[in-house]
Amino acid sequence: MDGARDIKMNSKTKSMSMIESIRDAHDVMMGRDDNVVVFGEDAGFFGGVFRCTEGLQQKYGKHRAFDAPISESGIVGAAVGMAAYGLKPCVEIQFADYMYPAYDQIVSEAARLRHRSNGEFTCPLVVRMPVGGGIFGGQTHSQSVEALFTHVVGVKTVMPSNPYDAKGLLIAAIEDPDPVIFLEPKRIYNGPFDGHYERPVVPWSKHEKGMVPEGYYAIPLGKAAIAREGREVTVLTYGTMVHVALAAAEETGIDAEVIDLRTLVPLDLEAIEASVKKTGRCVIIHEATRTSGFGAELSALVQESCFYHLEAPVLRVTGYDTPYPHAQEWDYFPGPARVGEALTKIMEN
Amino acid sequence: MGRENSDMQQATDKDYPPLNLHVPEPKTRPGDKPDFSHIKISPVGAVAKPEHDVSAQDIKDLAFEMVRVMDEHGKPQGEWALELDEEILRKALRAMMRIRAFDKRMMRAQRQGKSSFYMQALGEEAIAVGQQLVLQKGDMNFPTYRQQGLLFAQDFPVMDMMVQIYSNDKDNLGGRQLPVLYSFKQAGHFTISGNLATQYIQAVGWAMASAIKGDRKIATGWIGDGSTAENDFHSGMVFAGVYRAPVILNLVNNQWAISSFQGIAGGEVSTFASRGLGYGIPSLRVDGNDFLAVYAASQWAAERARRNLGPTFIEWVTYRASAHSTSDDPSKYRPKDDWEHWPLGDPIERLKQHMILRGFWSEERHIQAQAEYEDEMRVTAEKAESYGTLHAPKTKRSPAEMFENVFADMPPHLRRQRQEMGV
Repeated sequence: MDGARDIKMNSKTKSMSMIESIRDAHDVMMGRDDNVVVFGEDAGFFGGVFRCTEGLQQKYGKHRAFDAPISESGIVGAAVGMAAYGLKPCVEIQFADYMYPAYDQIVSEAARLRHRSNGEFTCPLVVRMPVGGGIFGGQTHSQSVEALFTHVVGVKTVMPSNPYDAKGLLIAAIEDPDPVIFLEPKRIYNGPFDGHYERPVVPWSKHEKGMVPEGYYAIPLGKAAIAREGREVTVLTYGTMVHVALAAAEETGIDAEVIDLRTLVPLDLEAIEASVKKTGRCVIIHEATRTSGFGAELSALVQESCFYHLEAPVLRVTGYDTPYPHAQEWDYFPGPARVGEALTKIMEN
Repeated sequence: MGRENSDMQQATDKDYPPLNLHVPEPKTRPGDKPDFSHIKISPVGAVAKPEHDVSAQDIKDLAFEMVRVMDEHGKPQGEWALELDEEILRKALRAMMRIRAFDKRMMRAQRQGKSSFYMQALGEEAIAVGQQLVLQKGDMNFPTYRQQGLLFAQDFPVMDMMVQIYSNDKDNLGGRQLPVLYSFKQAGHFTISGNLATQYIQAVGWAMASAIKGDRKIATGWIGDGSTAENDFHSGMVFAGVYRAPVILNLVNNQWAISSFQGIAGGEVSTFASRGLGYGIPSLRVDGNDFLAVYAASQWAAERARRNLGPTFIEWVTYRASAHSTSDDPSKYRPKDDWEHWPLGDPIERLKQHMILRGFWSEERHIQAQAEYEDEMRVTAEKAESYGTLHAPKTKRSPAEMFENVFADMPPHLRRQRQEMGV
């Protein structure tokens, strides 16, 4: 329960999927703050194609949870105006792959209102979007877009890996005074996926992070979590890949320390440094394409801050620099075999 | 798959002439005699004034005609004519004349190297001034860079604008923004983006927020003819129409983007106002150089918004008499004497004429006022310059300031970068 604040010692927990915990975060915040409004394509009456906003319109009324036209630039642009007014919009982009029309509104507007107006206007909004593959979504429902946001000044970028974190991080994102991009790995909406697509699906009810406290709690943005303690190699990762990394560590028997970054900007460099200095080795894993991916930034930071502690070159395991393929999904996806090879290779040095 | 349909044949010259791409071209270019015969102008007073709760469909013609109030003698005509108080007219004329004096002074300062950039509103002063005069405290404007009239109409201190243009010690934006991209929240003036059209949908979002909260504030959005081609224009119109947002959506058609004329944005095939009809938004085409028409149309639109009747789309027909900015020379792309032939005239001259007709203004007082305002701007500019200019700052701005206000709380990586800078 590292990093969580405001959880009452005796607070009740409930088994939730990531969809349910995200929905619960909305519910908690809409109940606490009348200024929180939710909208997106199919997000109102129906509750979103992934059902993350289900029931909110029925509970809070259609002024606070409503359907938006199929216009990502419109959704985010309107949210910028609402945020400037004083509301706290939490909007949904149906798939991260559809985000591009909204990019200008995020990069040039939401991210810079505070700076360009010298603090006169601010933009406290959350843009949620499902990311990643593993669902046979093809190239238009599978992309991981985090690096397109981490490169942008003035936005925070978050990607949870489990229901417990998703709820606490989303609450923190809604409370944050600045724009937050909240990336939801859709492959783990319903259960922790470790890359073994050939095995039966495991639901969150079978996982300890599927036990989610009821009511309010927040996980501060900018704090990583140690998903597995280890001494031999540090694995830096986030989202679905946390579970792949854990599987690879078990399968190779390599004592990896798996750091779940949770927030990419701001980044918990302290946690990264402490771990890499301890293990002397670092493997970075993400599902996104490799060139100029967030792994490049992580690699540079590790080199800058831990160079004299490194026993081996930093390795990256990532998606390939191709569009996300449909039929060859499992060749593309950086599964436990590829991650295991990298762990084995780095231990050879 | 891949097989040709045997019945299909390619067209030949016998069937059709070769295709030919249409690239719009303005009627006149440098060296030509100005010609505005393509601007459709309705007779003064000819256009009916509808009820506030009208539907877009019921007033289709208003998107193609032109609301005009003052005749060539300055006499108000027709249903849109209002008997405006002397006080309002004086205020309007004063604001418009002060803008012109301010622009002149700030252009000069830029030429002298005291600022990096400037943009004038020459020839289109009536529009922002007229609209601001119907707004109330708490309303929010989402302007482009040519609506300084929104500030002048509220007697906003010109000193605060000048120090921003000079990026000096007193600049409320701390030297962050290009000159004229003001932000004055207390004056209902949203921080201006240099990216065009992005703020149109934001104005709609702000207005939606006011309606969500059951407030009484309205918003105004501003866009030019050129940037109506941007997708954010469409987003703004869709959202405004769908949610019936309490917003006035202004489109200033000043005929020119930078060097491309309004035909490149689609103005050749229909009026810009007519675009509003497809979104179900009541749409007006108005003489933007006729202060009385501007005021009346703005008031009608504001009333609709305040009564929860939804958005109004207004195309203000005017002419950008100045260059786009200090970075272009219009004599390279249009006739030098174009403005002198602009059929809707000069908004200041037309309002002056009306006020003289009403009996509370004269040529002499006009000349006096002009001298007074030019003097005021000279004196204020000198004072503003005493706080420093871009390249001759009074005190060197700390580079550490650029790290402030990126986020509410400075995250560790920014703190580290600032420290690396040694500040």
